[in-house]
Amino acid sequence: MANELDFERPIAELKAKIAELKAFMEKNGIDLQGEVDKLEERLKELTETTYANLTPWQRVQLARQIGRPTTLDYIRGLCDEFVELHGDRHFADDLTIVGGVGLIDGQPVTVIGHQKGRDTKENIRRNFGMANPEGYRKALRLMKQAEKFGRPVVFFIDTPGAYAGMSAEERGQSVAIAENLFAMAGLRVPTLSIVTGEGGSGGALGLGITDRIYMLDYAWYCVIAPESAAAILWKDAKLGPKAAEVMRLTARDLLDLGVIDRIIEEPMGGAQKDPEWMVRRVREAVIEGLRELVAVPIDELLRARYHKYRQMGTYVERP
Amino acid sequence: MLKDLFNRRRQYVTVGTGEETAPEARQPRPAEERDVPKGLVQKCEGCGALLLAKELQKHLYTCPECNYHFRIGARTRIEITVDEGSFQEMDGGLTSTNPLGFPQYEEKLEAAMRATGLLEGVLTGEALLDGVPIVVGAMEPGFMMGSMGSAVGERIARAMERAAESKRPLVLFTASGGARMQEGILSLMQMAKTSVALTRMHEARALFISVITHPTTGGVSASFASLGDVIVAEPGAMFGFAGRRVVEQTMRQSLPDDFQTAEFNLKHGMIDKVVHRKQMRQTLGALVRMHTARGWAHGE
Repeated sequence: MANELDFERPIAELKAKIAELKAFMEKNGIDLQGEVDKLEERLKELTETTYANLTPWQRVQLARQIGRPTTLDYIRGLCDEFVELHGDRHFADDLTIVGGVGLIDGQPVTVIGHQKGRDTKENIRRNFGMANPEGYRKALRLMKQAEKFGRPVVFFIDTPGAYAGMSAEERGQSVAIAENLFAMAGLRVPTLSIVTGEGGSGGALGLGITDRIYMLDYAWYCVIAPESAAAILWKDAKLGPKAAEVMRLTARDLLDLGVIDRIIEEPMGGAQKDPEWMVRRVREAVIEGLRELVAVPIDELLRARYHKYRQMGTYVERP
Repeated sequence: MLKDLFNRRRQYVTVGTGEETAPEARQPRPAEERDVPKGLVQKCEGCGALLLAKELQKHLYTCPECNYHFRIGARTRIEITVDEGSFQEMDGGLTSTNPLGFPQYEEKLEAAMRATGLLEGVLTGEALLDGVPIVVGAMEPGFMMGSMGSAVGERIARAMERAAESKRPLVLFTASGGARMQEGILSLMQMAKTSVALTRMHEARALFISVITHPTTGGVSASFASLGDVIVAEPGAMFGFAGRRVVEQTMRQSLPDDFQTAEFNLKHGMIDKVVHRKQMRQTLGALVRMHTARGWAHGE
């Protein structure tokens, strides 16, 4: 556990102690099994209580851990065959958003998602999951292609937010995202999205207006990253943990607020603890969701999509 | 960050009339007093010229010396745009709740209501423009920085649906720092809500004109503001996704002076036209008439 978080340190330390004890036992031929058993029992308890009582901020930190499956990992697990497609046909191929055509159990699908790096080197190439306008335009092209060929679209969302740079502004980050929202609102094929890690702002929503929205247990999804919210609200980005508390950005919160349809459980401690299990679990959930959606006539699906988004939010009417 | 955006243009030199010292807030004051720069003399933020209030009003709150556009409120905006006396407000009682139980949100709403005389950050209704019936809306920059919460999203979605049903053009003036932090994910979902409502207008082939006024950023710029059939902007209006300071931090270098202005956006192909406030009425009128004219019969 090279990259454990602060609140995971006691667990890591206990694990190290157990390993040390075992090594000592072996080396010196002394039987300390009773002691080891006791420590292992304590480790189990400590692990369970730690992950059962995560604060929203701890969840945000877990959702950002390197080692969690990325979109391409989910695609490999989800599709029996997959061909990645590139480019927005206007400007460039944005490596931060990946997509293509695949087969799941004989069902053709288009899959599109934010791609973070699996290490720092790849993260630089993937711009840390922050897409440029050409990424959103590639996504739009692939959505329209899916519509033409009548196949469902699965979206994987994992971004701290859309890229905020000069290049992005010059090439129309706003309109690129806006056009995706509009296209997804009326796309005449079933759509399903899964927030697998970070659901940051408009950059996430740009792949996220869908018939079903799922979220992994430790993922977060909010109008803005908590640090940025703190910077705006209290002029101090260090108050991110406080913002995470009040913004209601956990999977449970979003289910309660009626924004998402389902929480997909993660292994104890997060997807990064057992990526293969996680990928299989997501495949099951996607297949289940898509089977439901393809059974519904498209006009009915579009009506339901309209009403679902049309009624989001709360307000009162005074006389 | 967002606050700076607005403050940048709010520093008026006020030559006292005495009024501003007694804001008996509850009492709604006439739009003219609330919405426009106060005081007998104003200093232009653009060129520093001293302008008489009367003169400023005559020039629709633009500087006759340098064309700087002063910030104006939603009600004044609509008054100077549509045919006199034709505006009928819709959904004026629709207002916010505090769905997340966010600290101090109610107090902020109350203060914004007192300052603007509106119950939420956008004013919508029906009106005539050059005699053509339209649906019109104007976001209120003085209401929590024009931010979009559920009630703002709902008022705009209803205006879009009204335009779709009646097949009338929608003219919407935007001014917003983006999504409203205090409503978290629900404010983000207003981008989705307005986008689905816009599909109705598209199906009904109803014209949507988006008019960008200073400033339009974040969630509003990344949704309906950028989806107009025609997008026009006032000179100098800031229009972009991320605020200037955020971009500067990302780039770690200074940006050109005209970054994200209406003119910058025109140059990069993001908007159709930069229109001076004094020509706005005429331009919008022409567009609306062109899209509602019956025209010649097609092959009948």
